[in-house]
Amino acid sequence: MAEGAVPRFWREIPQRYNLIGNKCNECEKVFFPPRESCPECRRKSMGKMKDFKLSGEGEVLTYTIIYEASEKFEGQAPYPLAIIQLKEGPKITAQIVDCDIEDVKIGMKLKSTFRKIQDDGYVGAIYYGYKFKKRN
Amino acid sequence: MRDVAVIGVGITKFGELWDKSFRQLIAEAGSQAIIDSGISGKEIDALYVGSMSAGRFVGQEHVGALVADASGFSQMHIPSIRVESACASGGLAVRQGYFSVASGMNDIVVIGGIEKMTDVVGTEASNILATGLDQEWEAFFGATFPGIYAMIATRHMHDFGTTREQLAQVAVKNHANGALNPYAQFKREMKLESILNAPMVASPLGMLDCSPVSDGAATLILCAAEKAKKYTDKPVKIIGSGQASDTLPLHGRNDICTFESTTYAARMAYKQANIEPSKIDVAEVHDCFTIAEILAIEDLGFVKKGDGGKAIDNKITTLDGKIPINPSGGLKAKGHPVGATGVAQIAEIVLQLRGEADKRQVKDAKIGLTHNVGASGASCVVNILEAM
Repeated sequence: MAEGAVPRFWREIPQRYNLIGNKCNECEKVFFPPRESCPECRRKSMGKMKDFKLSGEGEVLTYTIIYEASEKFEGQAPYPLAIIQLKEGPKITAQIVDCDIEDVKIGMKLKSTFRKIQDDGYVGAIYYGYKFKKRN
Repeated sequence: MRDVAVIGVGITKFGELWDKSFRQLIAEAGSQAIIDSGISGKEIDALYVGSMSAGRFVGQEHVGALVADASGFSQMHIPSIRVESACASGGLAVRQGYFSVASGMNDIVVIGGIEKMTDVVGTEASNILATGLDQEWEAFFGATFPGIYAMIATRHMHDFGTTREQLAQVAVKNHANGALNPYAQFKREMKLESILNAPMVASPLGMLDCSPVSDGAATLILCAAEKAKKYTDKPVKIIGSGQASDTLPLHGRNDICTFESTTYAARMAYKQANIEPSKIDVAEVHDCFTIAEILAIEDLGFVKKGDGGKAIDNKITTLDGKIPINPSGGLKAKGHPVGATGVAQIAEIVLQLRGEADKRQVKDAKIGLTHNVGASGASCVVNILEAM
């Protein structure tokens, strides 16, 4: 992501801090990140998209262990990254934390947790957001 | 709509070409294609250039004008259009140029594809490639480009029993083909063990499951088919072209193991060509990672969904197999200068259909297909060609 993109991060705080997506009041489908309109209901959904807070509960649909990370994540490698199927329908890409990399499996149950994601160096902003950890 | 033919091709060597600049590369490929076709510069109606990220790789935008100038066309003021669709930029440039000739607006157009990726350090090249992913909802959270394809591989192995060895065998096959291709970045065979033992990048993909960072350019001359014989005895007609899109992040897709951009683009191209996948004699597919070739041969309809790994074991995709895939060596061995790739794929198919592919020639190839994917499948271009 572009360096120093503070406004870009700031406007995404509701999603990244609190997993706020939205829901189409026509078909009840839930979206994360929020969409301007529902791709199914299209014009019928306009003005009917309502904020919706996701529970943060889900399971691993697929995963990888990242060994070669970008500079921003170098200190964390190797780390597990997964596509998580959330209980309410949307899928999401995030890191899995607080577990051994060998323990990550498809179907593993997860819960979201609030963490530091990356920063813009010593004088730049610190970016927070969601990661996921094991749920029993 | 009228028929359109490829009447000339040009391709530079792919690789770490530190002694050649962006403009030298495109001019070299361009002059080769012009000489190959026998046209003169004055006959060119327009240029289309595929480039993913010249702005980040060489700090240069305004690529359309630059390419026209570097090719010596500045005094002719020929219109020049830059086309971008991440790693599918080249294939899409061909499709846009094809439309312009098919519509009757232009008679002869030049299609270029170029990327100069080794003027930046490796980590920066990876960052630039990752701009084809969803920056805000994938890369921001630690996803890398290989990481996204690795997650497809993990799920493919889980659902269909695809093995680590089958992935590695894709690289073995493409290196065997690349060893026969004078333009290839890696003109050498690779042993299965070397691929399996390479350092992990994103499990289950190792370093040798990934296509390299490359410099290179490729060029085609497209001409109205009715006029093609004036220039060449061996024109190759574009008989089908398709393009499709999908969600930018992989996690938005219905099925992690299917690129619907491929299935839709292929359907469009097969329908226009009025053929079934079984009629294809040779294909250049987008193997940016080994798993990507397995997915491609499934999504293009050459094998059933889930059978891509077995197809490698059964050797149906080798040079003398039922459906030879990536005779050029593919992105894996030939190299992957992203903007050039989609154009170079068509250049390879044209050589195959003209019977000019030397040691890597597929026997009796009459109909060929190219498959060019943007990043992790949010865009795809499929073109089908036939010898006239």
